Amino acid sequence: MASFTPTIPASHPTTSRGKRADLPPVVGGGDGGRPDPGWPDYGARLRRARLGLAVALTPITMLFVAFTSAYIVRQGLPTFDPHTNTVVHDWIPVPLPTLPFLVNTCVLLLSSATIECARRQLARQVALEPVQSIPGVSLGTEKNFPWLALTIVFGFCFLAGQWLAWSDLAARGFYVATGPSSSFVYLLTGAHAVHLFGGIMALLAAGAAVVLNRPLAARRIVVDVTAWYWHFMALLWIYILALLEFAH
Amino acid sequence: MGLVILCVIWLITLASTYFFVAKTWWFPHGASAATAALDHQFAVTFILMGVIFVAAQLALGYFVWRYRDQPSATRADYSHGNLKLEIIWTTLTAILFVGLNLLGSPIWAAERFRPAVDGATRVEVTGMQFAWYFRYPGPDGKFGIARPELEDPSAGGEAALGLDPADPASKDDVVTGTMVVPVDREVEVILRAHDVIHSFFVPAMRFKQDAVPGLAIHMHFTPTETGNFEITCAELCGLGHYKMHGMLKVVSQDEFDKWLADREAEKQ
Amino acid sequence: MVAQESHQHAAPQGFIRKWVFSLDHKVIGLQYYFLALTAVFVGMFLSLLMRIHLIWPTAILPLLGAIKPETYLSLVTMHGTIMVFFVLTTAPQGGFGNYFLPIQIGAPDMAFPVLNMLSFWTTFTAYIVMLAAFFVVGGAPLHGWTGYAPMSALQSSGPGEGLGADLWIISIAIFCIASLMGALNFITTTLDMRARGMSMMRMPLTCWSWFITAILGLLAFGVLLSAGILLLMDRNIGTSFFLPLGTINGQLTGHKGGSPLLWQHLFWFFGHPEVYIAILPGMGVASQVLSTFSRKPIFGYKAMVYAMLSIGLLGFMVWGHHMFMSGMSPYTAFAFSIMTMAIGVPSAIKTFNWLGTLHKGRIRFHSPMLFAIGFVSLFVSGGLSGPFLAQPALDIPLHDTAFVPGHFHLIMGVAAIFGIFAATYYWFPKMFGRMMNEKMARVHFFLTLIGTYCVFMPMHYLGLAGQPRRYSQLTELAYLHPLIGLNTFMTYAAVVTVAAQLIFLFNLFWSMFKGPKASDNPWEATTLEWTTATPPPHDNFGGRTPVVNNGPYEYSVPGAPRDYVMQSDPATVVAH
Repeated sequence: MASFTPTIPASHPTTSRGKRADLPPVVGGGDGGRPDPGWPDYGARLRRARLGLAVALTPITMLFVAFTSAYIVRQGLPTFDPHTNTVVHDWIPVPLPTLPFLVNTCVLLLSSATIECARRQLARQVALEPVQSIPGVSLGTEKNFPWLALTIVFGFCFLAGQWLAWSDLAARGFYVATGPSSSFVYLLTGAHAVHLFGGIMALLAAGAAVVLNRPLAARRIVVDVTAWYWHFMALLWIYILALLEFAH
Repeated sequence: MGLVILCVIWLITLASTYFFVAKTWWFPHGASAATAALDHQFAVTFILMGVIFVAAQLALGYFVWRYRDQPSATRADYSHGNLKLEIIWTTLTAILFVGLNLLGSPIWAAERFRPAVDGATRVEVTGMQFAWYFRYPGPDGKFGIARPELEDPSAGGEAALGLDPADPASKDDVVTGTMVVPVDREVEVILRAHDVIHSFFVPAMRFKQDAVPGLAIHMHFTPTETGNFEITCAELCGLGHYKMHGMLKVVSQDEFDKWLADREAEKQ
Repeated sequence: MVAQESHQHAAPQGFIRKWVFSLDHKVIGLQYYFLALTAVFVGMFLSLLMRIHLIWPTAILPLLGAIKPETYLSLVTMHGTIMVFFVLTTAPQGGFGNYFLPIQIGAPDMAFPVLNMLSFWTTFTAYIVMLAAFFVVGGAPLHGWTGYAPMSALQSSGPGEGLGADLWIISIAIFCIASLMGALNFITTTLDMRARGMSMMRMPLTCWSWFITAILGLLAFGVLLSAGILLLMDRNIGTSFFLPLGTINGQLTGHKGGSPLLWQHLFWFFGHPEVYIAILPGMGVASQVLSTFSRKPIFGYKAMVYAMLSIGLLGFMVWGHHMFMSGMSPYTAFAFSIMTMAIGVPSAIKTFNWLGTLHKGRIRFHSPMLFAIGFVSLFVSGGLSGPFLAQPALDIPLHDTAFVPGHFHLIMGVAAIFGIFAATYYWFPKMFGRMMNEKMARVHFFLTLIGTYCVFMPMHYLGLAGQPRRYSQLTELAYLHPLIGLNTFMTYAAVVTVAAQLIFLFNLFWSMFKGPKASDNPWEATTLEWTTATPPPHDNFGGRTPVVNNGPYEYSVPGAPRDYVMQSDPATVVAH
């Protein structure tokens, strides 16, 4: 039977009386034992942040799954009409502001492209950062195209466009409570807009990080995670649009 | 300490079991056609679960005492489990539970999968905060139109249900606060609610069904004994939930016909 | 040790950073625990008022006056809501899970400490909003913790259904977000931060239970949030998701076409996993404690893991068993009932395995073990009334009678609470560096075990006799009068049981300051939290990372020098 390695006291004195349990031996270390070349800390943190995002997207998906199921159920729902003593279906699909929605879709897809450029640009910068510190090596002044800022602009354009689409609906007399169909249009697109706004806030935080001169690696993680979130928002939007347009 | 725990667990188990077996508090006497099968299925479940309950609790108490730490005790058994045993008891449990369910499913099917027979006594049961109203279709066999905008609960009867006097089918509808039905004949209830969800529960008939606004739910049961049976509301409906009750009177066919005829006559 | 953001720095100084907005999962765990502690006393107080009113409906209480029927229903609603959310979903997971998950897997903290801090304060905000419902015009809502529409969707369905109900929904929505933040942390931490050698199948069962609970929460709380949003819309902006054409007090509601059943489907899709969220951590703790104090490995570790995974998975497929009487299709009901009987199987496996762990053990009766044993007894009792309710035909006479609260109180209201007690007595030495008083613990245990059985077992009898749920008094129906005697007995038992909890409360706080000092491993247990100092240092392991060589429950290993081998000890010859 192997003997236990000698214990090394911890930096804080403990308030124990009697035998102290042996502290575990120092063998290797690390975050679950997966070595990371170059930036051991940063690589693990990026992976962890992406895992966190994947997990976070699950309840958002469930929210829209629940809304979708309510939508489908409501469409087919029979209700007892006491005026006729019969069971009726009262779903009347609302005419959608398709053109504004399509324009907004293009804006959102464009913003997806710009944020992807921002993500890759930042990834490249992080990868090349150690090269910058080698004396005598210069990459030249790489022009930093403001992909991030452009995405924020597109994001706000999308929200403004949604506002216009809702105004269009309202102008034609379809408000939130007008009928079940209109309720769902506002509900689904509104919930999406709220989540997208959250994404814009994250982008603004990323922008602030640039201004405040935060470490490049930290900024990259924020932009990377937000970029994936943004792509998810774009896919979610396409899904919502398809649901509203085709499933009625 | 092991012995104390054993005694406490065994006493609790035996005391609880006693009151179940002695039926100190039990189902009220059942007076419907569904009673026999339902009570039988309950008895089967009850005996099986009761045996497991007693066995598991007694075993727990026994093990806790038998395997207590003592100077004379051997070292604990270094065992990570027993796969064969796991498979056996898992399979047995699955067969028991699913089998029990399948055994009882014909009762559910008989009560719920088929509509009421032709010739059943039809009663529309409406729940509202905090009273039950019962409507009979009358000689024309049709329920008249009821309009929500015509409802006036303070006026009781037809007005509470919002019966439309303009509809000819309403003229012979009888609305009462007591439910009267003939014995040995299937009753079709059409359950409705005006405001919130209520639940029509007649313990003696082994019958319960929620009354949901926006729906007209068709169910049936067959009373097999005459008598007066309490109706309670079994779904939280507001501050008067505890006093939302009614009475089901099961009478002979002749008495029922006479009663209904008297109510029709009163309407003239 | 690879430094993480907050651990590059020394432990925080200053009261606010150290105890209020702490990023240390241990402090956050304690914050959750103490939140739950206040909530449970509020919840117990409400339930005492309920039981007193049921027996003496006309009594004039000091300070509170007479309790009206609507007040009774607001007590019912808030008791259920506070207990389910702020006790059972908070203490086992947010409290002990936060404190011990990182330590038991050998990590220095949770994956996202800032998010962790935010998740506690969001939970706290939800709690304040919930309590606020008592103090607004109309008071707290009447619609039960289940909040069925149309009652919960119509402001005029009763007093308290106005602003009180809105606050109730908003509080729950905030709670959803807090729980989702917590779930995110738990899952990422478990997947990404285990120490070297800590494979998933070497994790203590407590970690598995917290992990699976977090997954359940991740999938369920989004749906509850969606239901809450729809309900708020129906209540306040005139939509009709849940509201059909109808009248209330003779007035048209102005809504039409919606479905009350839709609320039930959405609510119970969350609600059923929620009850597994409430019990799974208790199962994990029971396994941990039974193994430690029997000096035996847990019987069938893999089966226990698969059983918890099955319970989690099946838990999403049974929600309709709350709706057998609802007007749902009877064919759908049949499908749900088969799934419900199926979920009884993994629960039975766990019970057999707990008994198997005790079998041929060397049982030590310290306070945690008493409550773990109690947990098994209560889980058996509460679980076995399930197969009655799972059969739709038998649900006909039993649904919405006292039989149902009898069933779920024995499991959630007692077994899960015993899980929390077991965890408290077990981990108190590690958290506070002192031992709790064993004599007081024994009195607490026996009074609580006997008391709770006296309160909740009779509910089954009352249900058989046909006593409906949520009745504020039993005076109106003739067939309920004979049941008042048993109800009276239950009320007295409840008073005694609640009083017994004061012993626990005293023991808890007194021992924190005056209890005998604890060693690092007073229970001679094997998992990683017992390898570190008592209380653990800021980064949990004093600057080093553990390496795991053994399974979590290596007790009484033949040939080993002691009857326990810790997870970070060199690998045993017979290691699994």
